[in-house]
Amino acid sequence: MTAVVAIAIPIAAMALVLWVFGWMRTTEMNRGLVVLVAVLVGVGGVFIFYYGMDRIVDLFAVRWQDRIRPWVFVGPALVLLSVFLVYPAVNTVILSFRDASGSEMVGFDNYRFVFTDSAMLRSIRNTLGWSIIVPLVATVVGLVFAVLADRLTRLESVAKSLIFLPMAISFVGASVVWGFIYDFRAFGNQTGLLNGLMVAVGQEPVAWLSQEPWNNLLLMVIMIWMQTGFAMVILSAAIKSVPEDLLEAGRIDGASELQIFRRITVPSILSALVVVLTTVVIATLKVFDIVWVLTNGGSGTEVIAERFIRYFFQFRDGGRGAAVAVLLFLAIIPIMVINVRRFRAEEEIR
Amino acid sequence: MSVLQDPPAATAPEPAAPAKPTGAPGTSGIGLLVVRIAVLTIVILWLIPTLGLLVSSFRVRAITETEGWWTFLANPFDTAQWTLQHYRDVLGGRSGFGNAFFNSLAVTIPATVIPITVAAFAAYAFSWMHFKGRQILFIGVVALIVIPLHLALIPILRLYTQGVTLFGVTLIADLNLVGSYPAMWLAHTGFGLPLAIYLLRNYIGSLPSSIIESARVDGATHFQIFTRLVVPLSVPALAAFTILQFLWVWNDLLVALVFLGGTPEVRVLTMALADLLGAFGQNRHILPAAAFVTMVLPMAVFFSLQRYFVRGLTAGAVKG
Repeated sequence: MTAVVAIAIPIAAMALVLWVFGWMRTTEMNRGLVVLVAVLVGVGGVFIFYYGMDRIVDLFAVRWQDRIRPWVFVGPALVLLSVFLVYPAVNTVILSFRDASGSEMVGFDNYRFVFTDSAMLRSIRNTLGWSIIVPLVATVVGLVFAVLADRLTRLESVAKSLIFLPMAISFVGASVVWGFIYDFRAFGNQTGLLNGLMVAVGQEPVAWLSQEPWNNLLLMVIMIWMQTGFAMVILSAAIKSVPEDLLEAGRIDGASELQIFRRITVPSILSALVVVLTTVVIATLKVFDIVWVLTNGGSGTEVIAERFIRYFFQFRDGGRGAAVAVLLFLAIIPIMVINVRRFRAEEEIR
Repeated sequence: MSVLQDPPAATAPEPAAPAKPTGAPGTSGIGLLVVRIAVLTIVILWLIPTLGLLVSSFRVRAITETEGWWTFLANPFDTAQWTLQHYRDVLGGRSGFGNAFFNSLAVTIPATVIPITVAAFAAYAFSWMHFKGRQILFIGVVALIVIPLHLALIPILRLYTQGVTLFGVTLIADLNLVGSYPAMWLAHTGFGLPLAIYLLRNYIGSLPSSIIESARVDGATHFQIFTRLVVPLSVPALAAFTILQFLWVWNDLLVALVFLGGTPEVRVLTMALADLLGAFGQNRHILPAAAFVTMVLPMAVFFSLQRYFVRGLTAGAVKG
């Protein structure tokens, strides 16, 4: 009985929310009004819904209440997670064994395609490059900057903010920004800074984003530009939390600053380094926007996430798209395992 | 993940002078000078690209198209080169950016508020209520954090267009949601929830149990404890996640392309900007100004709420 109610309540929750959304979809109202209603539903409606459900639980016999109420609180979240993450993830794996429209089983054909098509193979090679180079460079530069900024007597937070700022903008925005660096004109004055410099030192201008394979590195620079601030902020916090007397003891023993950094600071911030590296790896594996808008996947710059949207969205091939998504997921599984392990270790301490 | 639980505030006042190791090299004389020059060099390198965009967005079309943006350094006070026309063009009707700005708001606000509400209730249950499978369900949530949303997009699109049929039984009918705001709200809610639940549960779970228990003893219901005690006490965590989710949704291109791609009238800012960047048409001169319009809100959020922003980003580092 409890179970039935526990399941029925969250489903009723979804039905109500979907009904409101459906109503808004069909209503031809002023846009401003739609947004207003949207915000009201978001803030008020969802909250009132929880309140109503809580009151319904009050109608039950007291001994049932304590067993049902937790599901009212946690149920909607579980339903949303099931419908929008768990079910789709499982479904994607199934779809990856089907044809473009998802109707016929094709066995491993999509995976055979993924591992033989030349553009796909290039995307795997490039993604490997991205997920090694970007995290390493961003972490090293972030670490160096954190150490340097830590020694400033003033303006430390201003300097850090400026490095961190690119994190607030979109990948598309960042791509536009870097267009003014990489731009190439076949005729007339150069408008890209890099080519401006080339001309200034008497060289021929270069179409940077068509230079295989170096264009990949240039695209990675954009991602590094965006992620370094993140690495810097986390590492800076870790560095500041290294106990001062530990460093002092090292100095008294006559260790040089470099030795102290290598033997004391780096081991102390190891867990922060792992977090930064894994996080930037995940972000890098998923980035497609930069490639999508700057080279459109041409000139040998394909990456896995870009291939996904290309096959699924542009070529309308659900099967191949799903296989590419599964490939991306396989790359992330090790990090998922690390996260769950770390979480369980934390729970032990709690 | 302990470094993530208590991230620093970038704008927090610097520790008082005595906290710094006064004897350490690099804090005085030549050493400090070298450090300052190195920091300044990196900061300038990091700012140059944005500077190029900013300058180009204010220069007249004839100049941006024929000269490098850095040439303004030669005569920065020559007012003939500066103009606001590009911003007028962007925000005026025909470019579609005004409309896109509006669409971005309509997508982003509910897609931020809904997940945070749902997650807060779930986080409270995971922290302070007893039910079967609590631990294992929460580990499931933790595992979901890194699931790349690419893995979910295809079936969700099919769900929106075809509904769900299991063994010939229609579980969910055709929702006809593609090209609508709710399609985005629901998808972003699903993608944002695992991290939101995880972060809020860590915060709400670490509130002192004596407060919760004494409220229980006084006869308060869970709902009252949640609304009157836990939510007010959790404002820092709620604010951090709100900003984080706001920026994700605002800056997202992937989800928008998939669910709004075929419907120009609901195009959000990132799509409008990507379209403009891809087009080799006559509107390219407004690109810098358009890019700035898309960045202005996240940057305002960044500068005004930097402390929460940094906390949220550092805490939200693990999202998939």
